[in-house]
Amino acid sequence: MRSINYDKIVMEMAKLCRDANYFLGDDVKNAYDRALAEEESPTGKEIIEQIKENTEIARTEEVPMCQDTGVAVVFLEMGQDVTVEGGGLYDAINEGVAEGYTSGYLRKSMVEHPFRRKNTGDNTPAIIHTKVVSGDKLKITVAPKGAGSENMSSINMMAPAAGEEGAKEFIIDAVRKAGPNPCPPIVVGVGIGGNFEKAALLAKESLLRPVGQPSKDEEIAKMEHEILDKIKRLGIGPQGLGGTSTALAVHIEVYPCHIASLPVAVNINCHATRHKSIVL
Amino acid sequence: MSKKQLTPPLSDADVENLQIGDQVFITGTIYTARDAAHKRLVELLEEGKELPIDVKGQVIYYVGPTPAMPGQIIGSAGPTTSYRMDPYSPRLLAEGLKCMIGKGTRSKEVKDAIKEQKGVYLAAVGGAAALIAKSIKKAEIVAYPDLGAEAIRKLEVQDFPAIVVNDCHGGDLYEEGVRKYKK
Ligand code: SF4
Repeated sequence: MRSINYDKIVMEMAKLCRDANYFLGDDVKNAYDRALAEEESPTGKEIIEQIKENTEIARTEEVPMCQDTGVAVVFLEMGQDVTVEGGGLYDAINEGVAEGYTSGYLRKSMVEHPFRRKNTGDNTPAIIHTKVVSGDKLKITVAPKGAGSENMSSINMMAPAAGEEGAKEFIIDAVRKAGPNPCPPIVVGVGIGGNFEKAALLAKESLLRPVGQPSKDEEIAKMEHEILDKIKRLGIGPQGLGGTSTALAVHIEVYPCHIASLPVAVNINCHATRHKSIVL
Repeated sequence: MSKKQLTPPLSDADVENLQIGDQVFITGTIYTARDAAHKRLVELLEEGKELPIDVKGQVIYYVGPTPAMPGQIIGSAGPTTSYRMDPYSPRLLAEGLKCMIGKGTRSKEVKDAIKEQKGVYLAAVGGAAALIAKSIKKAEIVAYPDLGAEAIRKLEVQDFPAIVVNDCHGGDLYEEGVRKYKK
């Protein structure tokens, strides 16, 4: 059994939170360049230029690219041959989030109760999803998620007869309804199959894929492409002010499901599609 | 789409000159406020009391910045979603407020008030928070310090970038822009 020190996890977690908010991944930057080249609206082009410049300022000055530094959504892949020494894994993650959001001057956006709404002061608790895998490594991914885009998510427990066409329509409709709110150009995360919560989780996980990387399933990759094309024709454009680059990519993940159900979940991410990982 | 400079306080004529799609650069004093501060301002007006800031001819920016790092004037400061201010904006426009900056669509009531009172709604680029912070040269809390990130701040800005979305002529770029590029 290999062991990882509690404090090491706290430190790495804190760094991931800061880095995710300061340094945008190259996958997203390349997607901006493609959008800029394709965009037909002059206002849209200007907006993408501003977004690109913003990313550069955030990177060079080490400041948050967006003021909504989000909820800390954490994905863990825990090898079954690894343990944590000196404390609990989830405690270490939360301590790291508190430390990262405080030392990194990130905005604390978590309230302790959905109705009483008192700020917890350190952006904890994180929302943690854990998978146990083989091996003796621990992979930590953080994907800070702002409310502007998260609030535009939706799920539909469709009848199997709705089929691929029904699912496509629902996804495109979710983007249309979201309009300018999730800060387009967006990345559209989709989960199809499983059950209610599995579909939602798949949609969120799909956003961890490098932006624009097609699904390994050829049919699904084709579907992603078709949906993206239709979304571009909606006219929403950068920031919803009209244009062709409404979305940078559509990512779909699928999973087996019950004979009588077809769950479809859409989780929209803004142009600030932030995620950073480390393997310990 | 043309580029225009704006220097608050704004007059009716300044606002009439703006058309949807115009790119504007604001230089001078603007104020920040979000839902909690708006609620307090409108409550004061209902009670017939004086506001802590004079809104006549002024610009309000909807923002809740990240904490300022040592040596920084303000943290990252991009726009927040405007619809949360919709219940309060018509009252402030009636009081002489001229310009609001945020992101996202406004209610019919706000758009009507923009027309009637000769105001304007601008969008700043959502998520361009580090870039926008660069245009902020001074920041000072002038009311409601107990609200923290949501306190009312007076900002001195230089070439603050925004786009005209709802002009006083009834134009709405969210509608017209999308119509133009829909295929
Ligand atoms: S939707 Fe994204 S880019 Fe827009 S304000 Fe929220 S976190 Fe920032």
